[in-house]
Amino acid sequence: MNKEGPTSLERFIGGILPENPIYRQILGMCPTLAVTNSMEGAMTMAGAVMFVLVCSNILISLIRHLLKPHLRILVFTLTIATFVTIADRFLAAYMYDMSKQLGPYIPLIIVNCVIIARCEICASKQGVFTAISDAVGQSLGFGLGLASIATVREILGFGTWFGQWLGWRVIPVTAPEHWSTWVVMILPPGAFITLGLLMGAVNWIAESRSRKVA
Amino acid sequence: MKNTYIGQAWLVILLSLSFGAALATVQSALNPKIEENRLQDTIGQIPNLVPGAASGDAETIGEHVVYRARDEQGEQVGWVLPASGQGFADKISLLVGVDKEVTRITGLYILDQKETPGLGNRIVEDDWRRQFVDRPLAKRLTLVKAAASAEDEIQGVTGATISSESVVGIVNAAVAQLRVDLSGQGSK
Repeated sequence: MNKEGPTSLERFIGGILPENPIYRQILGMCPTLAVTNSMEGAMTMAGAVMFVLVCSNILISLIRHLLKPHLRILVFTLTIATFVTIADRFLAAYMYDMSKQLGPYIPLIIVNCVIIARCEICASKQGVFTAISDAVGQSLGFGLGLASIATVREILGFGTWFGQWLGWRVIPVTAPEHWSTWVVMILPPGAFITLGLLMGAVNWIAESRSRKVA
Repeated sequence: MKNTYIGQAWLVILLSLSFGAALATVQSALNPKIEENRLQDTIGQIPNLVPGAASGDAETIGEHVVYRARDEQGEQVGWVLPASGQGFADKISLLVGVDKEVTRITGLYILDQKETPGLGNRIVEDDWRRQFVDRPLAKRLTLVKAAASAEDEIQGVTGATISSESVVGIVNAAVAQLRVDLSGQGSK
């Protein structure tokens, strides 16, 4: 019954770099821009997305033979919304401060296209094992993308990483005081600037690689 | 069978029911913990909401829970009122601090909101909330779009009139409720 598709290993590796949700598929831009001004927030978001993606992929893969083509998106949304609500309640109970800091962005995972895209592309067509490795690979790729942006923004904006003082500054202390922390990096424009520059760098590396092969 | 409504939709119905049951279980299991976190958050905010307050304790007056804010000697210095109401996107829960005689607002804190990021959720920002501090409570507060010119006027967040209006409305209602509850208690 299984159509030939990429193997579990290909799915797993694909999600991390070659098909990275943020840099290659340009999906999930809302959390990417909104919660990456601190590593703690970004990693909580990545963890919540991983939970939702893995659970949804497992469930969709298990019921994939029962899905009616014209009702499949409805079932995907229903499944995703359920797991997002569980994640949201769980954060409110055990990580209250983080839940307050992320505010509406946790419930907004429901509309994160990374998840519905994986249900459609992989879980509704392939077996459970492949669906799990796909979900883990994609969420690691998503987490990696968030971490790269959050690292740049938190270090430049607050001078810290995971809320910890690093002991050194990218910008020397001897520089004028208003240089030492870049408030713009904490604010929304910092997200666009960082994402744009990093995406440019990723594209540049990918292109110069493919040129070497040719 | 294949072409009946049930034949088409049984999976969706079944999933909805089981997801509903699962969510109800999660909610009832985690709710006490979430409420406890909220209570801790509330108690921790009391010193910021009422000047001179060190702690506070919950009390039910009328049918509503309020917090008496006390200084280090245990003297009451004010009230903290938990209140909530419908915002633009979802329920807004907040805390209003008022002085002991209920004549002035001493602080405002947003406990929970899911307003539009970048517009409505700016109601949590210090600069906006600080407007409420020291407002007299003789008249109801009103929302204005331009800079506030009178003591009972609050300037709304640009682009978030509904969210701002809800907050002002919730504050007015909470203060009015406390007055009703207190006078009811006094006449007993």
